[in-house]
Amino acid sequence: MTDLHRLSIRELSEGLAGSKFSSRELTEHYLKRIEKIDAQVQSYVTVTPEQALAQADAADALRKSGMANVLTGVPVAHKDIFCTQGIKTTAGSKILDNFISPYDATVVAKGKVAGLVTLGKVNMDEFAMGSTSESSYFGATKNPWALDHVPGGSSGGSAAAVAADLAPFATGTDTGGSIRQPASFCGLTGLKPTYGRVSRFGMIAYASSLDQGGPMARSAEDCAYLMNVMAGHDNRDSTSVNVDADDYVANLNGTSVKGLRIGIPKQYFNVAGLDADVKARVEESLKKLEDMGATLVEIDLNMTDAYVPTYYLIAPAEASSNLQRFDGVRYGYRCENPVDLTDLYKRSRSEGFGPEVQRRILIGTYALSAGYYDAYYVKAQKVRRLIQQDFLKAFESVDVIAAPSAPTTAYKIGASLDPVEMYLGDIYTIAVNLAGLPAINAPVGFDKDQLPVGLQLIGNYWSESQLLSVVHQYQQATDWHTKRAAIAEETV
Amino acid sequence: MAKLIDGWEVVIGLEIHTQLNTNSKIFSGSSTTFGQDPNTQASLVDLAMPGVLPVLNKAVVDLAVRFGLGIDAYIDKASVFARKNYFYPDSPKGYQISQMDNPIVGLGHVDIQLEDGTVKRIGVTRAHLEEDAGKSLHEDFAGMTGIDLNRAGTPLLEIVSEPDMRSVEEAVAYVKTIHTLVRWLGISDGNMAEGSFRCDCNVSLRRPGNEFGTRCELKNINSFRFIEKAINVEIERQMDILESGGRITQETRLFDPNKMETRSMRSKEEANDYRYFPDPDLLPVIISDEQIEAIRAELPELPKARRERFVSEHQLSEYDAHVLTGSRELADFYEAVVVAAGGEKQAKLAANWVMGEFSAALNKANLEITDSPISAEQLGGMIARIVDNTISGKIAKQVFGFMWESNGQSADAIIAEKGLKQETDTGAIEAIIKEVLAANEKMVEEYKSGKEKAFNGLVGQVMKASRGKANPAQVNELMKKLIG
Repeated sequence: MTDLHRLSIRELSEGLAGSKFSSRELTEHYLKRIEKIDAQVQSYVTVTPEQALAQADAADALRKSGMANVLTGVPVAHKDIFCTQGIKTTAGSKILDNFISPYDATVVAKGKVAGLVTLGKVNMDEFAMGSTSESSYFGATKNPWALDHVPGGSSGGSAAAVAADLAPFATGTDTGGSIRQPASFCGLTGLKPTYGRVSRFGMIAYASSLDQGGPMARSAEDCAYLMNVMAGHDNRDSTSVNVDADDYVANLNGTSVKGLRIGIPKQYFNVAGLDADVKARVEESLKKLEDMGATLVEIDLNMTDAYVPTYYLIAPAEASSNLQRFDGVRYGYRCENPVDLTDLYKRSRSEGFGPEVQRRILIGTYALSAGYYDAYYVKAQKVRRLIQQDFLKAFESVDVIAAPSAPTTAYKIGASLDPVEMYLGDIYTIAVNLAGLPAINAPVGFDKDQLPVGLQLIGNYWSESQLLSVVHQYQQATDWHTKRAAIAEETV
Repeated sequence: MAKLIDGWEVVIGLEIHTQLNTNSKIFSGSSTTFGQDPNTQASLVDLAMPGVLPVLNKAVVDLAVRFGLGIDAYIDKASVFARKNYFYPDSPKGYQISQMDNPIVGLGHVDIQLEDGTVKRIGVTRAHLEEDAGKSLHEDFAGMTGIDLNRAGTPLLEIVSEPDMRSVEEAVAYVKTIHTLVRWLGISDGNMAEGSFRCDCNVSLRRPGNEFGTRCELKNINSFRFIEKAINVEIERQMDILESGGRITQETRLFDPNKMETRSMRSKEEANDYRYFPDPDLLPVIISDEQIEAIRAELPELPKARRERFVSEHQLSEYDAHVLTGSRELADFYEAVVVAAGGEKQAKLAANWVMGEFSAALNKANLEITDSPISAEQLGGMIARIVDNTISGKIAKQVFGFMWESNGQSADAIIAEKGLKQETDTGAIEAIIKEVLAANEKMVEEYKSGKEKAFNGLVGQVMKASRGKANPAQVNELMKKLIG
């Protein structure tokens, strides 16, 4: 069984159910791959072999007793932003380098109930602030397709782990594209659900009104399996919506591409900085969907210019408040020999937070300050509503909206973009978070350097089933999602 | 016309923090029980662990609306929680969840009554929900500070008045009125010693007719007496500065009851910019009209209405009505006494007993009215025996004493057992009177020569001879007849 890592989630589920292999064998296989390959990729911050094997044995016992679920014994990697009881949870930050969570995030707890085996915690931009995973205190994760490139971010560890076959699927979070962009950079399928669909309890907050967890995997089908675990109401999260989640696996063929109206926002395809190869691959994928029976409709999204400034006021404003709790008092990093309380706060935070986090705390603090609040934060909230209305108007005439997930393919590590350049790379993803809409990335080919390109489909509220279904059918008709990075082909 | 002090008019506005009566905290399931070991009532949410989220305890909404209806206020049907950001170790999230732009209770008012009977209406600007902070423990940790988060997240209602008060007396009357009201409405125990009811006082001075002067805020005062003292001390301080040509600096000050002074905590310039913004973790608190009406329907008769009814229906004085509506328990007790004593005709007698012997006995035994050994029905039953002449008022005091000590034996049982029934048999009383007259011929002569006092002396002798049991009215009447 040297190719267990090639199996889809459905194949893993069937294999476990048919006793073709045990969860222990499967888990050991992945742990071995991590041990051999992850030194090159650096996708994991923490690997938990003992816990994983104990969970695998428990899963196997459950299988024997006939009490297993569909996913009992299937391994998963969690983004290190989800709290995991008894396991270090760092959010990619020095300030939480020593933090062992006393509880499980709802997403993690639901994973345990489903029988998932946690392989470990995967890397991310510090506090999910970034698009490259380079801002992690634990070092940059590499893109499995080209190890001198970034995997994207902030869920870069999740993307790289799955793309290198170091986990069959992984959880991610998306505040401004942090699932979709790394999925695009690493040739994966990644779904950012409607705000309120997945519980935020136990997910370390970056920007509370934008954060949303979601699945990252090799295919829409694999995502659907993980989505079935993650989605659902949670009474510990007031913003979690009390609407029954779909059975996303059962709905994979629920939407017909034939007759599907796909909106093409003309502003999106005229963005300066949209890479020619990316544009070409996305257009080819849309042509393919058209061939499958979809109708392409040109639409207007007039608020495009407002996306970046709006997002970069609201997200840092919320972050500046969310990150106040990291003060060196109760847990996490504390500076040495503080002379007084102010010194304790100042040095613990200055030494504990990296530069990008400090930059956003400063921006956010400024935006909320007396005398600036109305001009910045309040105004940004008003523009946010206009962006939302812009989308809702578009959905009156189309079913989904298509866009690139990112204007480029993966950057080189250390390309040292200035912050504003980096923020502009979020142009296609952040509006979805501002509006609270669901969106999915699907791999649709490669650029001239053999780096993956992603298509983004944005849906109306609660249309996760539709998005997964459309991508699933596209993936039945194409094979981009089956392509593997060379490193994933390595046998161990 | 406001009372002036050396030509200065005092302007006072108050912010009262009252702890709401809930079993669990406002945003977590932790218990709110007072006085437990440090941090034994602090959950993951109270400790502000990474990733945790607040969930509103819906019970606090009803309590806040109850208060709003009690002060005839505007209720915001979509109030919003906001974050007040600041760093302090007893504020584990680095922000306090409070309400800023859309408080649950908007403009309302209460009427206060001063000792001279004047009534004044005081505006209540707003009342909003918020969480309490934890406590810093400076003792027991040399060179360090301990943090107890048991209190963190305890639900508070912050009641903000208009700057409508013009004297210390008005300020104290206002605080007492609110204190009575929150207990009356059952939304808070108002326990000042445990910090469940505390007050920030904003004080300024001005020449009458001028604009408001610069104010200072006196923080966290937790007794009526200290409120009075703190404001007085602050008035003197400000007056000294102003009269010597100085200016008041806007600042927050702390009252030190030992030194009888207020001290600067921080100036306006040093004040935090709290960077309030709506808390994205919590949804607006939506309240329906039905919910408001259901709460209104369950509202008890309010102190003011009850006071007015005691005056109009029970014919009590304003003073008596005010005292008897000092708490809902007292008013309830008094009304039950009236019923048992035979109805509204006996209201004044009942009021005298409740405010007199009964209250004195409670005070002496240091008991709350709810712990009284005598029930309202028992006290009323005893009063009924005064009314129907079974006992005299004087004997009643003995009966009351026996009842108190017996822990609830009825008046009738005590009267029978101790033989305290009033003597009303004319023949028996006449016999006693004749004996007394025969033995006190001198006094009889004095009375006959016009000394009224002598008559009272004779009555006293008769009462004494009957061991207090003769009906005094009957004795009067019969004696007059017998002396001729």
